[in-house]
Amino acid sequence: MSAAPTTDGRDARTAWLLTAPALMLFVGVLVIPLAMTVMLSFHDWGQYKGIEPVFILKNWHEVATDPYFAEMFWRTARIALLTTLITAVLGAPEAYILNRMSGRWKSFFLLVILGPLLISVVARTLGWALLFGGNNGLVNKLLMSLGLIGSPLSFMFTETGVVIALAHVMMPFMVLSVWAALQRVDPQIENAALSLGAGPLTIIRRIVLPQIMPGVLSGAIIVFSLSASAFATPAIIGGRRLKVAATLAYDEFLNTLNWPLGAAVAVLLLVALVLIVVGSNALIERRYAEVFR
Amino acid sequence: MRTNGPLALIFHTIFVVIMLAPILVVCLVAFTPEGYLSLPTTSFSLRWFRTIANYPEFVRAFWVSLGLGALSSLVAVLFAVPAALAIARYSFRGRDTLAALFLSPLMIPHVVLGIAFLRFFTAIGIGGSFAGLLVAHVVVVFPFALRLTLAAATGMDRSIEMAAVSLGAGDWTLFRRVTLPLILPGVISGWALAFIQSFDDLTMTVFLATPGTETLPVRMFLYIQDNIDPLVTSVSASVIAITMTALILLDRFYGLDRVLAGKNDPGR
Repeated sequence: MSAAPTTDGRDARTAWLLTAPALMLFVGVLVIPLAMTVMLSFHDWGQYKGIEPVFILKNWHEVATDPYFAEMFWRTARIALLTTLITAVLGAPEAYILNRMSGRWKSFFLLVILGPLLISVVARTLGWALLFGGNNGLVNKLLMSLGLIGSPLSFMFTETGVVIALAHVMMPFMVLSVWAALQRVDPQIENAALSLGAGPLTIIRRIVLPQIMPGVLSGAIIVFSLSASAFATPAIIGGRRLKVAATLAYDEFLNTLNWPLGAAVAVLLLVALVLIVVGSNALIERRYAEVFR
Repeated sequence: MRTNGPLALIFHTIFVVIMLAPILVVCLVAFTPEGYLSLPTTSFSLRWFRTIANYPEFVRAFWVSLGLGALSSLVAVLFAVPAALAIARYSFRGRDTLAALFLSPLMIPHVVLGIAFLRFFTAIGIGGSFAGLLVAHVVVVFPFALRLTLAAATGMDRSIEMAAVSLGAGDWTLFRRVTLPLILPGVISGWALAFIQSFDDLTMTVFLATPGTETLPVRMFLYIQDNIDPLVTSVSASVIAITMTALILLDRFYGLDRVLAGKNDPGR
């Protein structure tokens, strides 16, 4: 097109003028507050004196050495990792099955599976709390009537319950990501493999899986980062004792009122997630450079 | 290899049932005639929906959520349209950095945003106010408004604009009569998606809401923390019904797959 982007001075000035309102908003209400939060994590706090604006490493030292925080961060990572694994193992095949459906069914089930993404997380988690509900919960009744378990399992206030509910909340992201990758796959390649005598398992392993792997991995990054910072589901299913990073920071801010310590936990979560996301994105893009071209 | 075998269909059925089960169970329990949590077996009752009226804090929270969602997504769109046009059309130094900054709320955990806003608003003396809540929501929903507007602005045919200019249209006329109508579907969808994001947000809002400015998700969350009874299921069922209506409208108007594609990947 004739309107190729140009870089002459007048255009640059127009561009900056158009983005100025949003830029000012973001600097004023995002960059400055985040910088203040980082500063806050270095401040001192006492039960009676409140927040003291000094520069000390007390909170960071506490987060780094107290085994309570180590345990909490491991639990957060474990829950996020298991959730990611479950969504990948179940979401990828489902996306593949969806993609092979005929037009109308495909869009119907896509709506059914992706729609929950836009329904309140509180409502979805409440559903799991109802399904788990004590020893007499529907999930336990179903599992026992199927003969899968002998005695009721406890799902409420356990990591198992949090992982199941979280996997449900995050599943649409994985299906969406794999489905997007499948749109770039040429179905004729599968037919070619079939005509050359490959069995269904060989086709999945040698043809389909390598092609959707970038989708699975980028879905995994999304699910992991959202699970590691999830709040509603761990708070409702996990209860007050099974703390993860987000619920712990919430507690420090609104119950204990130790803001500097809460800020340190939040900043650590942010830094860890940014490093993980940026690092794995770089790895994936290098490994699958040809797919992204 | 193009059709699904029986094993695949069984897997698919179980998958869909599990995806829908928690949402269905909430909606079913909401219609229980009993005074405790139970699945209605013989009769359905609206008593728990009527009970909502006796809890003014839920009703008020609903109006706060609705107003906050509508207003914050509107403000976000007003900021996003010029920014999207600039990013789509001009290649200038710092463009990629700017785009990354504008999309960054997608990457920052909402718990961190909640803390940062709480700290900032308390420091400048507007802690607990609706204005603070509004500004925070504008920032958080901005990426959604920007993305869909950007997609519309990038995809539009610019020869129509050139025709308008050659016929003597001024900058403002050009925008109002040509550019805006062309990108409007994207803008409205961006607004709708931003609205849903604002309407559903719990993690950030829970840090900022005070009893007067509690949103519906916050009120529901705080209620569930104390006890779970049929009341909160009927509130949830109402929220689900509202969201479904918005979804169906969005699907008719724009195509849900395109909207959802814009919701994907906070990691990039």
